[in-house]
Amino acid sequence: MPQLVKMVVQRLALGLLTLFVVSVIIFLGVELLPGDLTEAILGQSATPETVAAFRRELGLDLPPHTRYLEWLGNILQGDLGRSLANGREISELISWRLYNTLFLAAIAAVIAVPLALVLGVMAALHRNSLFDRVINITTLTSISFPEFFVAYILILFLSVNAGWFPSISNVGSEMPFWDRVFRCILPALTLTLVVVAHMMRMTRAAIINLLASPYIEMANLKGLTRTRIIVRHALPNALAPIINVIVINLAYLVVGVVVVEVVFVYPGMGQLLVDSVSKRDIPVVQSTSMFFAGAFVLLNLLADMLAIVTNPRLLHPK
Amino acid sequence: MGSDKKDDSILMSSASRRGFLTGASALGVAAAMAPSSVMAASPKKGGHFRLGLGHGSTTDSLDPATFENLYMQVVGATLRNGLTEVDQNGNLVPELAESFHASPDGRVWSFKLRQGVKFHNGKTMDSGDVIASINHHRGKDSKSAAKKLLQPIIEMKADGPNALVITLQDGNADFPYIISDYHIPIMPKMGNGVDWKSGVGTGAMVLQKYEAGVRTTMKRNPNYFKKGFGHFDSAEVITIADATARTNALTTGEIDAMDKVDLKTAHLLKRRKGLRLLEASGNQHYTFTMRCDTPPFDNVHVRQALKYSIDREAIMKTVLKGHGAIGNDHPISASSPQHASSLPQKSYDIDKAKFHLKKAGMSSLKIDLSAADSAFAGSVDAAILFKEHARPAGIDINVIREPNDGYWSKVWMQKPFCAVYWGGRPTADWMFSTAYAADAAWNDSFWQHPHFNELLLKARAELDTGKRNAMYAEMQQIVSDEGGVLIPMFANYVMAMSDKVEHGDVAANWAMDGFKAIERWWFG
Repeated sequence: MPQLVKMVVQRLALGLLTLFVVSVIIFLGVELLPGDLTEAILGQSATPETVAAFRRELGLDLPPHTRYLEWLGNILQGDLGRSLANGREISELISWRLYNTLFLAAIAAVIAVPLALVLGVMAALHRNSLFDRVINITTLTSISFPEFFVAYILILFLSVNAGWFPSISNVGSEMPFWDRVFRCILPALTLTLVVVAHMMRMTRAAIINLLASPYIEMANLKGLTRTRIIVRHALPNALAPIINVIVINLAYLVVGVVVVEVVFVYPGMGQLLVDSVSKRDIPVVQSTSMFFAGAFVLLNLLADMLAIVTNPRLLHPK
Repeated sequence: MGSDKKDDSILMSSASRRGFLTGASALGVAAAMAPSSVMAASPKKGGHFRLGLGHGSTTDSLDPATFENLYMQVVGATLRNGLTEVDQNGNLVPELAESFHASPDGRVWSFKLRQGVKFHNGKTMDSGDVIASINHHRGKDSKSAAKKLLQPIIEMKADGPNALVITLQDGNADFPYIISDYHIPIMPKMGNGVDWKSGVGTGAMVLQKYEAGVRTTMKRNPNYFKKGFGHFDSAEVITIADATARTNALTTGEIDAMDKVDLKTAHLLKRRKGLRLLEASGNQHYTFTMRCDTPPFDNVHVRQALKYSIDREAIMKTVLKGHGAIGNDHPISASSPQHASSLPQKSYDIDKAKFHLKKAGMSSLKIDLSAADSAFAGSVDAAILFKEHARPAGIDINVIREPNDGYWSKVWMQKPFCAVYWGGRPTADWMFSTAYAADAAWNDSFWQHPHFNELLLKARAELDTGKRNAMYAEMQQIVSDEGGVLIPMFANYVMAMSDKVEHGDVAANWAMDGFKAIERWWFG
């Protein structure tokens, strides 16, 4: 596997470069937004005098490149810095929110990935049957609705009317594990409904694609059952594209759930990022974006590695 | 606060608000209007109170100098106390001060402190803490929103551990009101400054855990110095920014009370069993502000033409769904004891509008009006309604939807005509000297009226209430007729709570019972 190791190292180096570029773009982007943290925080009560004093205190009166280089220097030493708005350590702000975000993503993934695979295989197995159509229509419908709408519908039926689940998922750090899981069920279900369609359809399409190949025909002629053909013969060869789609969706579960966080009052990273952008708290925006970008880089790397493991031919591109 | 005032405020509330607690509750007539059960019980101790607020951000901090939203205001008012406070009925009463009095010219204020009041960390509160807490907002490097308020202080001296003397540049009869501002709570002294990071105060609740933008947990302060307050064993304030999520949380029993009820669905929420709406009409008002230093608004007749060409009733009914009161182009609300009730209400009158336009030497007028949701929710809708109302008078208003970001720095006090939101101030002097005095930093209409400014100084130093109020009435008339601020409406604070929560009279000076719901309310 030396090639694989070499590829991983190369990709990690490229990933670092990506993160650097992302950090520059994000910094410039926030700088370009009108107003800065002092004006955003003081709002209507900003006077030139208080704004100037606030800027001096936070070092916002320094030129942008100085601030950026200072931030870069600190982060290379592993120091995320402090939030400009409330002076708290960013690592402390982020750590438990990151855990919450990963926790919710994990629960959603545990429900969504197996469900999508099973539904995809079954849809391929019973191609063009009523079952196939119903599954397709249902999942496409749920992906087509905006997330907050799916969330409201679930809250209405499962929480307000039936009273089975809590309507808000305000988890706390001292909460026992299963309580936490219980509180996260509705947001996880919402996310599941949003991501299942993509993975399910990719599974179905990848398998059906292979069903026309000669080796499947051979298996057919041997008299194997359809289930065995699909699960043992077609699925392993279809894994590479499926894994790619699954990983993209996992990345989405980590970085794209801010709407669900707001509706369920879930204290995750998304809310932190939105608040920080609206208040122009640049160090927090930078650090949060680094985590999001890092999650994307790592998950994509993981996807490629898994694709290669399941299909070693990919190590030798023509 | 005369009894004739009560009747006014009832007349001003529309029929649909009957049965709610209105601002009138602050005037002592709540018992007649509210369900009797609300008022019957006497406070009981105990319970865990969960309050869901539509405010709060991860960028908040416990530093009162930067408090800018209801979340921190409520948390701050629960953890800490001021020297003085505005009570449920709108009266100014001493809080950490035991008493205060002024020199005859209103320049020198002596405060006597309560003795033996302990901070949550066990330290006894003394005049050193008070001076440090006030100085936290003063000085060159202060970034405090209260800096301007405290600028008139020229000297502060401790008079032993339990008294202090504050000397002002000019006499100000309202200084005890100013010192009750939510930015200026008393915190323990630490080094050269104050310890705001720990959240330690003298308040009804002791901070347990504060997660900015998420939740705050607190437990009862067993040594609370104010008798008859602080009934809950513990409390939790949760940020729920989304109005639907907040409503769901209340209807499913995840929280016991909430602020900012969605006005569009308030009537549905009211019908739900086990819930109650609570409404307070205070000083919060929405304005369309004209820059009097910019043509055509430098002509007083243009300003008057605009004031007559807006249908306030219609805008209030549409934008606030009736949860408010119409304004009369001055910022003193009907719930204020200084409100000039004899002032005739401006009505929607196209003929008068045309008359004033003609006096300004114009037959038609074309102007831009800037609005955005950061100005106030529904301001764009209000501006578009205004445009339709003004059309028959020959006034063509071009409504510009401005970006929410940077509204307060790029639009407000920059564009000649824009929508603005004001939380209001507890006294006429405070409100006028914040936004109407010629030299005020936020004189957003750039209005210069020599006689008004003269009256303002005279009234501030006048210690006789009757004479003061007469001057304030005259000033309201001047602002209403000649000022550059069009005030179509005052917006109520609309809250909702579970039936289990009980309360006495509800303050109208700020939302959530003057920020003090957690120390004032209890479970029945």
